[in-house]
Parts: sequence; C-alpha cells; structure tokens
Amino acid sequence: MPITKSAVQHIANLARIRIETTDIEQYTVDLSRILELFQQMDSMEVDDKEPLAHPQDIELRLRDDVVTEPEIRQKLQSVAPKIHQGLYSVPKIIE
Amino acid sequence: MPYRQTLSSIVGMLNRNDISSVELVQCFLNRIEEHSELNAFISVDAEEALKQARLSDEARARGSINSLSGIPIAHKDIFCTTAMATTCGSRMLKDFVSPYNATIVELLSKGGAILIGKTNMDEFAMGSSTETSWFGPTRNPWHKDHVPGGSSGGSAAAVAARLVPAATGTDTGGSIRQPAAFCGLTGLKPSYGRISRYGMIAYASSLDQGGPITQTAEDAARVLQIMAGFDKRDATSSNREVPNYLDHLQDPIAGLRIGVPRNFVDDAVHPEVVGAIHNSLKEFEKRGAKLVEISLPSCNAAIPCYYVIAPAEASSNLSRFDGIRYGYRTDSFDDLDELYKKTRGEGFGLEVKRRIMIGTFALSTGYYDAYYRKAQQIRRLISNEFESAFKKCDYIAGPTSPTTAFGLGEKTNDPVSMYLSDIFTISANLSGIPAISIPVGFDNRGLPIGLQLIGRSFDEQGLLNLAHSYQQVTHWHQEIPTEFS
Amino acid sequence: MTWETVIGLEVHVQLCTKSKIFSGAGTMFGAEPNTQACEVDIALPGVLPVMNKEAALMAVKFGIAIGANVNRRSIFSRKNYFYPDLPKGYQISQYELPIVSGGSVDINTPNGNKTIRITRAHLEEDAGKLTHQKKNNSSGVDLNRAGTPLLEVVSEPDLRSPSEAIAYLRKIHTLVRYLEICDGNMQEGSFRCDANISVRPQGDKQYGTRCELKNLNSFRNIDKSLNFEINRHIDILKSNGTIVQETRLYDADNDLTRPMRSKEEAHDYRYFPDPDLPPLVISDVLFAETQASIPELPDLRYKRFMSVYHLNEKDAEFLTSDRNIADYFEQVVSICGDSRKSANWITGELLHHINQNGLDIKSSNIDAQMLGELIQKINDKTISGKIAKGVFDEMWHGEGNASSIIEKNKLGQISNTTIVEEAIDQVIENHSAQVQQYLAGQNKVFGFLVGKVMQVTAGKANPQLVNQILQHKLGEKDGVPD
Repeated sequence: MPITKSAVQHIANLARIRIETTDIEQYTVDLSRILELFQQMDSMEVDDKEPLAHPQDIELRLRDDVVTEPEIRQKLQSVAPKIHQGLYSVPKIIE
Repeated sequence: MPYRQTLSSIVGMLNRNDISSVELVQCFLNRIEEHSELNAFISVDAEEALKQARLSDEARARGSINSLSGIPIAHKDIFCTTAMATTCGSRMLKDFVSPYNATIVELLSKGGAILIGKTNMDEFAMGSSTETSWFGPTRNPWHKDHVPGGSSGGSAAAVAARLVPAATGTDTGGSIRQPAAFCGLTGLKPSYGRISRYGMIAYASSLDQGGPITQTAEDAARVLQIMAGFDKRDATSSNREVPNYLDHLQDPIAGLRIGVPRNFVDDAVHPEVVGAIHNSLKEFEKRGAKLVEISLPSCNAAIPCYYVIAPAEASSNLSRFDGIRYGYRTDSFDDLDELYKKTRGEGFGLEVKRRIMIGTFALSTGYYDAYYRKAQQIRRLISNEFESAFKKCDYIAGPTSPTTAFGLGEKTNDPVSMYLSDIFTISANLSGIPAISIPVGFDNRGLPIGLQLIGRSFDEQGLLNLAHSYQQVTHWHQEIPTEFS
Repeated sequence: MTWETVIGLEVHVQLCTKSKIFSGAGTMFGAEPNTQACEVDIALPGVLPVMNKEAALMAVKFGIAIGANVNRRSIFSRKNYFYPDLPKGYQISQYELPIVSGGSVDINTPNGNKTIRITRAHLEEDAGKLTHQKKNNSSGVDLNRAGTPLLEVVSEPDLRSPSEAIAYLRKIHTLVRYLEICDGNMQEGSFRCDANISVRPQGDKQYGTRCELKNLNSFRNIDKSLNFEINRHIDILKSNGTIVQETRLYDADNDLTRPMRSKEEAHDYRYFPDPDLPPLVISDVLFAETQASIPELPDLRYKRFMSVYHLNEKDAEFLTSDRNIADYFEQVVSICGDSRKSANWITGELLHHINQNGLDIKSSNIDAQMLGELIQKINDKTISGKIAKGVFDEMWHGEGNASSIIEKNKLGQISNTTIVEEAIDQVIENHSAQVQQYLAGQNKVFGFLVGKVMQVTAGKANPQLVNQILQHKLGEKDGVPD
C-alpha cells in the first residue's frame, strides 16, 4: 500500500526532520517502494510466535548501586555547540 | 616490502627485529598518502602514529611486548576515539571528537596496536556501498570505478590496497562481510554479544556487531582475540569465556558437515559467483568436510524483516542528534522546533533520513503490529530455522553477495535494489550468529568473489578453522590488486 | 444535578539510590548544573545503559508492600519523543510488561475504610531540568537529574474527591518513606504527582472527558488544583459545553489551571522493547531477600500502637506517620515503660524543638535514650514534670543527659517529709492573711500557698507531697480532723 504525502509530512514531523516541499514527492515515492517490500511479510505465517527482541537469550545484568563516574563537566561540555553558565543553551521554551 | 605481508607475518618481523614499528608505520603512512584517490580514510594522524610507534619500539627494547605491539591499525569511523574525530561518515558529526574511547579501541590499544587513522563508511552505517558518506565515496582498489562494498568500505579498501595490515568494521546486515567479499578479504562478524558495543555508535542495537577485516583467517584470529570479551559497560555483552583462537586454528576439518541452502544458489546469484562458490565447496570436500543440502525458506522474508527492524531501532538511536549537546547545529532558527528540524534535516544525508522515516513509520500507532511486531516474529522464525538447520550440519555456506562489486552510482537511485544485495548476510544478524566471508575467486573483470560461512552461536573458532584450512590450499587471499602491489 | 468526580493519580517516586538507574553518576540534589551527568546521561554517541540493582529491588519492595503481583520478568521499553531535557530523544521506561502489576492501598474516609486499587508500578528514568533565562531569551538544560530512577505508581480511577486523593497520596508518601526507597521531599521533587480528573453526573456509568494536571508539587497545590478543576468542569458541563481533553498546569500564584503548551499535539511515543537492555529477571534469592527486608508497614504499626500502647487515633497516626518517629517512640517506651508520657513528650516538647530548628527526628539533639531516661526521672519522682521541662531545655543545648543535669544543678525533687514540713510551716507563718482566706472558704488560695512553698524550695518540693502535707496542716488549723 502506498503512503500519502501528508503521511510523509506527519512522519517527518514526528522524527523532527525538515523536508523541503520540493522533496516530499521523492520521499513519498521512495518510502512507498520500501513499503511494497514490506508486503512480502504479509504472506508469512507466524501464528503466535514470540517476537524476538534480543538475539541472545540473556537476563539483564545488575550493577551495584555505587557512584563510579567522576565529575567531568568540562570535558563533556567541550563538545557542546552552546553553553551558558554550565547549562546547555536552547531557544526559549514557553510552557 | 612489509606492506605486502599479512599481519601475522609482520608480528613475526617485529619480534625478530627485522623491522621497527616506526619504519612500519612510516611505510603505511606513505602508502596512505600516495593512494588518497581511494578515499579510504577520513582522518589520519601521522604525528601521533609515529610517536606511538617510537614508544612501542622503546617498550619492545625493554622486553615489554603485547600480542599486537607496534602494528598499525585503522578503525572504522564509527568507533569513538579521543585521539581524532569520529564522524560516522556524517555531516552531523563531522567535527565531533569523542571525550571517551570505545571499549574495543582501548582493548586494541592496550594490545599494542597503533591507531593510524579512521576509515570511511556509509553514513551512520546505513548502506552497502560506502557511497552515502558525507566525505564522498570510497573506491574499490580492484577496480576504482566500482564500490568497495559497505558500510565498512573504507576499512576494506584500506586493507585490500595494503594501506594498513588490518582494520575494524561493524556489521549490522553484512557491513563487514560484503565489503570483505567485494575487496577479496577475510571479514568476520562475530556472534552478537561477543564484542562490546560500548563506544560503537549505534545503528541497530540488536543487530550491530564489531569485527576484524583482515587478509587471512589467522590475522582475524589475532585481532578477534583482543577485541572479544565481556564488557561491564554493555548490558548485551556476553560473559562467555573467550577461547584462544590461534591454538585451535590448525584443527583438521574432516567430518565437519557444511550445509548448502537450496535458495542460496538460485537464479538471483550471478553465474560467475555460483561457479566460484561451487569450486570452493569442492575444496572443502577434498579436505574432508561433508556437504549437506539444507533448506532455509524463511530467509526469503529476511529482507523486509531486516528493513523494518534496523530502521526502527535506528530511528530511535539517532534521535539524540539534535544539535544541543554535541555535533552539527543549524545556523539559524527561531525556535526549538526549527532547531531540531533544520539541524536534523541538514545534518543527515538522504539515505539516513529515509531510514529514520521508515523506522518511525514502522513503530507508529496503527502500524506497530503489522510491521515491527510481525518483523520480530519472523525474526524468531528465521532464528528457529537456523537452530534446526544446525542439527543437520555444523556450518552453512553460500555466496556472501549475489554479485561482485557493482559500479559507483549504479544502485544509488534505487534504494530497494541496494537493499536486495544484502539477502545472504542479514539473516545471521537477525539470529545473532557468527559468519565470515573469505575470498574464493575472481570474476572475469577481476573483481573478487566471497564465500560466506555461518556458524552456531559463539563458534567463531570453527569458522576461523574452516577459513584457515581453505586458505592453506588456496591463494585467493594472497592476491593484491596490481596497482597496489 | 449532583456531580461525581473521578480521579486517578500517577505518582512519580524518585528512588533514593546513590547512583543513577542506568549509569554510575551520582544523584545528590542541588549540585552545580551538569556536574552529575556522565557520558551516558548526556547521551553521547555510543554509550549504553547498565541497570542499577538497588533500583530494581526498591521496586520489588514496593510491589510486595502493596500486595501487588511482582513480575519476576519485566521489560524495559523506549518511549520516544523530543524535548531538550530528554537527551536520548527517548526515555527508558516500562510499557508492555512492568515490574509491578496490581496491588492496593487502604485509606480512611468519612464513610470508613476504602480500598484504592493500583494498576501498575514501573521503573523509568527521570528527565533533566529546563531553566528559563529571561535575559538572553533562551532556556538552559541541566542534566543532573537525567537518569535518576523513578518508580511510577498508577492508580485506578477509584478516587472520588480531592480529600480522598490527598489521603491516598499521604498513604503512598508514608509507605515509600517507611520502605526507605524515597525521601519523600516534595520541594526537591522526590515525590511528584500528575492527576487525571473528570466529572460525570452521579449515577452515570460512562466516564466524562478527562484532563491531566501536571506540576503538582505540594499536597496543598494538589488539593487546590483538583478543586479548581472540578469546578471548572462542572461549570462547563452545566452550561452544556464540552470539556477539551488536554494537559493542564496548575498556576499556584493565581490558583488556576491552564493548558500546557508543549502538550498541544498528541504524542505518538512509538514504544518498543529497548534492545540495549535484556529482560529484567528477579531471582528467587533476590526476591526472598527483599521480602525479608520489608519493615512492619505503617497500617499494621498503627494498629499495633493503638492496641499495645493504648494510644488514641491522633497520636497513633502521628507517631506512625514516619518510620523514624515510630522507631524513636518505641525506643523511648522501651526505656521508661510509659507510652502515655512518651507520646506527650514527643508530640509536644520534642516536636516543637525539632520544628523550630528545622531538624528531623534523626538529627534531633535529644535522642530516644535521653528522652526515655528523662521520663524515668519523672516517674520515679526524682523531679517534677515542671522541672523536667527545664532539664529538657538543658539537654537540648548539649548540657548532658538528665542524670548529669539534675545532679549538677541539684534539681532532685525534695521528697523528704521533714524538709517539706519545715517549708510549709514557714509559708503558713509568713502568709497568715492568705491562710485565713483559705479557711474562710476561698479554695483558690490553696494554689497560691502551694506556689509559695515551691518558691521556698526552689521548685524542687515534690508537688504531691506538698499538697498532701499542706492540706493536712491547714485542716489542723481549721480544727477539723481529716
């Protein structure tokens, strides 16, 4: 089933990616083709097979509750685009 | 000429003091500079590499030697390094210098290896040709108008052209094995959990695995030995003991059963590839292995299954790239919404954006069950099928890719046709089992052909054995493209 | 038309672990911005989460305490959305299979006991904090709080009034502090609440359109905001309007709720199991250990205090409202054996001093041992209750324990009959006018005379003895034998 342009726009919005209006057409075509590929799954019988989320059947390992990380704000913020008084700076957000 | 030697050979040379690490590193640095047209490297730090080489020689003189001491190595630019930028082949991270090192980078460094540079890759590991990199495509040393494969194309081209004895790569749907096949090399994707993913920038978390790209199985064993092992910083890392891969490399392969799936050698595979695969399997038979016919019908659904799951996980993993704490940030924006959308619209390339969109779609309300959940169920089916198959055989063989290296630009307009070339490699990622690609011939254009061997979970040893055994009686792995010999 | 209110509450309990739920960074409140955020919390490329054992066990503890089903195998899921305080662009939470399902909590209502059912409780990570900087028209992100473990407790919509909601919240608040999984400090944000509220005509089976209230950071604000919202809904419904389903913030300054801007568009969270975290499995050993570590729970302790210590409801409730206070009380009683006096001293003098100095029972200058001894001294008549107050003050200021203060200041109560008689004789002689007044029938003067005896003895005379002897002597004067 093909995907509509407005659905493409909606997804782009969800994914916070700006798509120029001139490009929406191409994205719609490309994504439709990929969705056609997905149709191959329709005929597969899976019954009640348990979805496989982790390839190895392991349990979550538990870490002791100890502080192990030192304070390295300077190092970590050395790669930041914009810092103001130790805070990551973003455009004003109004609640 | 040291650059023609295998990594194992070079280890011997260094141990015998036939060459110093400084001479070695200088030799490779010269070659890298000479062959910049391949565009295999994104970053090279000559000064630091030579400094490390000097320190290595000094340590060696004092008797302090590790298994890879003095050996130059290249990392795919997806592994975080503090020494130089980690770009993931993307504008989004083009100037990003990680404040920490990936676990495998630290392990290899402790093992004595010297980081010579970071190699080119498809952007965020999404691709099968290394054509989607922000830094331009990498060329195949065997035929410079052809792709080296992807996404670890830079690493493969660098080793094939002998610009470095070995390199690391990552494999989510074939990104180590397929470039290894396209470039005539040995590329190993270990079992999921065998190698730590900490510091390996995530594409699809349940599929990604790091691994070596080398000239031979013996070389791969040496590098894997250092890379493998439990990491407490990675909750998906296995604490299964790491065997000594070199110890059992020479074990005879007589009696081992090699399964050949019917659908792995069908019409979609190029006849020259089919021919080379058949010949290689005869070699295995000569060495005592038994060929068994098996069936893996669900693997036909592997492509849509993979192309739902991988983009879905990627769409989530790449949400952190928002221009706030690191990386690219758009120049002008009026509000937060614009900051996000323009940064991500400009920072990501087309293929990455396509996959994020598809992934977002597959997880969205109303589609989750039909796409994501169904894909995970098919994944279970595929995994179960492998388990059943491994009751009848010990290893599964087939072509790594249906074709040899295609031309630059040949598939870039049609993403789906690019995806279809992953048909043989992705099921091993979906099931989390190990697989290796080794060179088994050339087509009539002189492009390498790769054979893939798949093994049971954590049987990297067996795969290396089989590969090594084959390489004892064949010479494909010794070939170097004329221009680079 | 009578209206019925339906309320469901989502409480975010910040677990008091030393390190974060998925990283080894610290969790101390009030640190300089971004000094308690490591590479994992900042979501640098390539980092991975590793689970904090203590956070898991705290959730298990809670589940057992509310009689819930503890899911021995639970799954972490990613909740995807974009916001600057959420560095990964997703929150690690639990969706399809939380660690705790079901359970309940009892509250007291004017109509008696009511059981409030709990839908689920799940583990998740907290987000960072946004601060708004008026000067350069920007906002700032502090990620210290990002990654702190939260236990989100979701109730069924069983609550029918703001006071029931408050009662439920207080119960949960007390419980998490008893279990020592949360410090309950609402000002610091360790205990936060969102409310879902709707109104319907009494008797209707269908729920009305509900609104979500966020940013409720004190019991007072919760009460006020719920009341405001109920009235708002009723007003709209009365005039045949429709309620808009939305998320609203409580504005404490103006005592009203208003729509929250960032929630204007519906979120599609695209939940899926987190591939970086295999299933969380609670082994039999861990489960048993955790179960064994659960203290006597507040409800049971309350009942026991009433029956064993014969306390009234008010005192029992107060003394069991905080596990530390309850422990303190029981310790004092174990020393002096007098639950009545212990309760009075704790709820009176001790509480007064603690509050005045901004302390809590654990940091009190007078510990249970000291208070117990003081009460003993009253009960064995070494000192009077009045003198004891003075001793208490001295103890509070670090002058030592009861014995040493009494000794040093010679405060020991005078119970020597001879000395008391002498003092009384002295007073009777010096205040003949008042004596005559008393004998003439002015009984109130008795108090005056007692006071004088106390003055003469510097307050140390045993008051019962004074009363007894003074009455006797005055009676003799009257000529009336007793």
